[in-house]
Amino acid sequence: MADMSNESASASAGIDLSQFFQVFFEEAGENLETMEQMLLELDVNAADDEELNAIFRCAHSVKGGAATFGFTDVAELTHQMEALLDKLRRHELTPTTQQVDVLLTAGDALKALLARHQTGGGAVPDTTELLFSIKTLCAGGQLDGQAAAAQVSAPAGAAAPVAAVAALPDGQRVLELTVGELPDVTMADNLVELFKEITGLGTIEPLDAGRAADGMRRFKVTTTSSDNDLLDLFTFHVPREAVKLAPMGAGYGFHEGAPGAPAETAAPAAGDQERGYGFFSNAPGAPEAAAASPASPAAAPADASAVPRAAAPKAVAPARAEPKAAPMDSATLRVSVEKVDQLINLVGELVITQAMLAQNSKGLDAGLNQQMSSGLADLERNTRDLQEAVMSIRMIPMSMVFNRFPRMLRDLAAKLGKKVELVTQGEATELDKGMVEKITDPLTHLVRNSCDHGIELPADRLAKGKPAEGTITLGASHQGGSIVIEVRDDGRGLNRNKLIQKAREKGIDAPDSMTDNEVWNLIFAPGFSTADVVTDVSGRGVGMDVVKKNILSLGGSVDIDSAEGYGMSVKVRLPLTLAIMDGMSVGVGDECYILPLGSVVESFQVKPDMVKTIGGSGRVVEVRDEYMPVIDLEKVFDVPRFDFEHVSNIMVVVEAEGNRVALLVDELLGQQQVVVKNLEANYRKVPDVSGATIMGDGRVALILDISTLVRRTRH
Amino acid sequence: MHSILAVDDSASMRQMVSFTLKNAGFNVVEAVDGQDAWEKASQRDFHLVLTDQNMPRMDGISLTKKLRENPKFKATPILILTTESSDQMKMAGRAAGATGWLVKPFDPAKLIEVIGKVIR
Repeated sequence: MADMSNESASASAGIDLSQFFQVFFEEAGENLETMEQMLLELDVNAADDEELNAIFRCAHSVKGGAATFGFTDVAELTHQMEALLDKLRRHELTPTTQQVDVLLTAGDALKALLARHQTGGGAVPDTTELLFSIKTLCAGGQLDGQAAAAQVSAPAGAAAPVAAVAALPDGQRVLELTVGELPDVTMADNLVELFKEITGLGTIEPLDAGRAADGMRRFKVTTTSSDNDLLDLFTFHVPREAVKLAPMGAGYGFHEGAPGAPAETAAPAAGDQERGYGFFSNAPGAPEAAAASPASPAAAPADASAVPRAAAPKAVAPARAEPKAAPMDSATLRVSVEKVDQLINLVGELVITQAMLAQNSKGLDAGLNQQMSSGLADLERNTRDLQEAVMSIRMIPMSMVFNRFPRMLRDLAAKLGKKVELVTQGEATELDKGMVEKITDPLTHLVRNSCDHGIELPADRLAKGKPAEGTITLGASHQGGSIVIEVRDDGRGLNRNKLIQKAREKGIDAPDSMTDNEVWNLIFAPGFSTADVVTDVSGRGVGMDVVKKNILSLGGSVDIDSAEGYGMSVKVRLPLTLAIMDGMSVGVGDECYILPLGSVVESFQVKPDMVKTIGGSGRVVEVRDEYMPVIDLEKVFDVPRFDFEHVSNIMVVVEAEGNRVALLVDELLGQQQVVVKNLEANYRKVPDVSGATIMGDGRVALILDISTLVRRTRH
Repeated sequence: MHSILAVDDSASMRQMVSFTLKNAGFNVVEAVDGQDAWEKASQRDFHLVLTDQNMPRMDGISLTKKLRENPKFKATPILILTTESSDQMKMAGRAAGATGWLVKPFDPAKLIEVIGKVIR
C-alpha cells in the first residue's frame, strides 16, 4: 500500500490519498454486502425500478471510489457491472437469473480484489473471463456455460466503448496509457522512444514523473491512431496484456455563461475533454467571462454572498418546517476495534480499582466518613453504568451473522436440487462482536446441516403433503442474561430408532430407556453421522461434535428438539459477552476461585456419612438418593495448607454437559461480576482453568473451567 | 473564509474532498445526500456547492434544481461531480442550472484547480 500512496502524493497536491483507503475499503465492503443482499432478494420476473437503482448505485459508488483512489482493477470490473446494471434499470435489458449469478460472482471477485489491496498480498484474481461474461450479457447475449473466451483481450474491450467520448474535433484523442506490471519497469521507456521514432504517431508524456508506483507506469498519449494500431505497435516492446488504454477525458468543464464559470468558459469545447470539467454558459455562478454582461443573471461570487444575506429570512422560514430527519451516516462514527478494546480494558481496570476502594472502605466508620461513603457509592453506580455503556459499543446486531446465510443457502440448495426459503427473526438482537465472530462457523454448520439432512427433495416433500419449498428459520432473542439463537427446519426430523441403531454400531452405549432428548444429543457424539449418503456438504461425521464443543467453549449450551416428519430445532444459548461474567467466589485454603454462576446448581454443608469412597481413590456424595462424583479442589490445584486440622465441609454442585459433580471447598465468599482476563495470553494455558480475574482486594483469582473438571470424573 | 457545501453519499469521497478543501483553506460542510444538503443549505449560506450526481433520496441534478429555486442560491456556483462524462449528463446539469461539472475520478490538485476558477 505504501507504494500506492507515493503515486497518489505525487499527483495530488501534496495530499496523501492512502489516508482515505481504510474508509474506502469499509465503505466498498458495505456496498458489496448490500448489493449481494439486494441481488439475492431480486425477483427477476418482477424487478422493481427502485431495487435496480439501488443495486446500480452500489456498483457506481464502489467504482467512483476505486477510480479516485487508484484501484484500477476494481474500477474496471465495477465499470462493467455498472454498464450491465444501467441497462437493466433503463429497461434496455430484462433481468435474468444468469445476470444475477454473474453479478454475484463479480461481487465475490471484487471482495477478493479489495482484500488483496487491503492486505497487500495474496494471489491476483483473474477477472478476464468474468469481464467477458458481463460484457456478453450486457450486449444482450447469453452465456453458454463455457463462456471462457479468454482470447478476448480485456484491455482493448475496456477502452473501446468510451474512446469515442474523448475524440477531439480534429480526430486527435487524448488517452491515458497504463503499462504494467512489467518484469522490468524501464521497459516502458521503450514506448517513449517509439513515439520519437515514429513521427505522426503523436506525443507521449509520463504522468507519474517517471516513477513506477505499484509497478505500473502511466503516460498521457495524444494521438490520431486507433487503439488497435497503438496496441499492435506497443506489442513489440511490452506484452500486450500489460498495456491498457483509456480515454483521458476525465476532468471537468464549465457551461458557457453559467454563474461562477471562469473566463476561459468562452472556448471550452475542445479543452473540456482534456481538463475534465466545465462550466455552463449563462448558468448561475459561472465565472467572469460568462458574468461579464451586467444584464446577465450571473453574478460574481462576491455578489453572490450579498444576495443570500438579503434573501435569507425568507428562505429560512420554510426550512424550519422541514422534518429534521438526520441521516444515519452523519450520526455514526467509525472507530477501530482496538480503540474500543482499549476502552473496555481501561474500564475493566476501573471496575477493579472501584471494587478495591469499596473493600478498603468497609472498615471505616460510616458516621465519621459519611461524605467519603456517599462518594464511593456514587463511584460504584457510575462505574457500573460506564461499564455497561462501554460494553454496548461492542455489541453488534445478529443481522451481521444472518446476512451471510441467504447467499450460502441459495448456492447450497441449488447444488442439492432442493428448494429452501430462509426466514430470519430477531436480526436486531445484539451480541458481543467477539462472540459474533466465534458463533458464525458453528451456526453455518447447523444451517448447512438443516439444508442437507433436514430438508427433503421437493418431490419427497410433495409426496408427504408438504409444500415443495422447505423453510429454514433462523431466530435470535434475548432470554435473561443470554441470547438464544435457534435454527429450525421443517424437514424430515430425527429418527429415534435410526439414531439408537447407529449409536450401537459405533459402540456408543444407547439403551432403549433413553429419553428423546438424550437420543437427540447422540448426534453430538464424535464421529456420529446418520446420513445414508456422504455428500461434500456435510455428513462426514465431523462437525456436530465440533459445533457443540465450540459453543461450550463460549460458555454456551445447545438444545435439540425434533419431531419425526415435521423437522427439528437446534437452540444455541450464549452469554451476551465474553468480557464479563457472573461468578461465585469460593475459598480453598488461602486461595480464591471463581465458578461461573450459570454452572452452579446448589451448595450444601456435607456430613461425613454422605461421602463414600469407591474403588481406590474415587469419592462420591449422596444427595437426595443420587450419587455424584466429588472433586476436591484442594487436591486438583495443590493448594498449600498449614492448618492441618482443617476439614473442608462445603460442597458446591456444578453442572456441565449434562453431568454434575460436587466441588469440595472451604467457604463460599460471595457472588459478583468479574472482568475476565485471558490467562493464556498473559501467562500460559492452565488445565481446568478458563481465565483469571482480579478481586476487589487486589488478589488474582482463577476462573474454573467446569466442563474439563466434569470430564475428569469420567476417567 | 469561503464556505463550501460538499455533497456525496460515499464516505471516502466525502472525506477526501473535505480534507482537500480544508487543506486549501476552505470552510467545508459535508452532506450525505441531496436531501441532507438541501436541509443544510436552508440553514446557512455557501459560496459554492460541490455535489455528487448519483445519490439516494435526492440526486445532484434535483438538488441543483431545488437550490436554484431558492433566491439565495440563485447565483451560487454549483458543480456536479459525475462519473458519467456523457453529453447527456452535462445537458441535464445545464438544464438544472449547474455552473459546471467535474468528472470522477479526479485528484485533489484538479479539484483545487477547478474550485480556484470559481472562487476568488
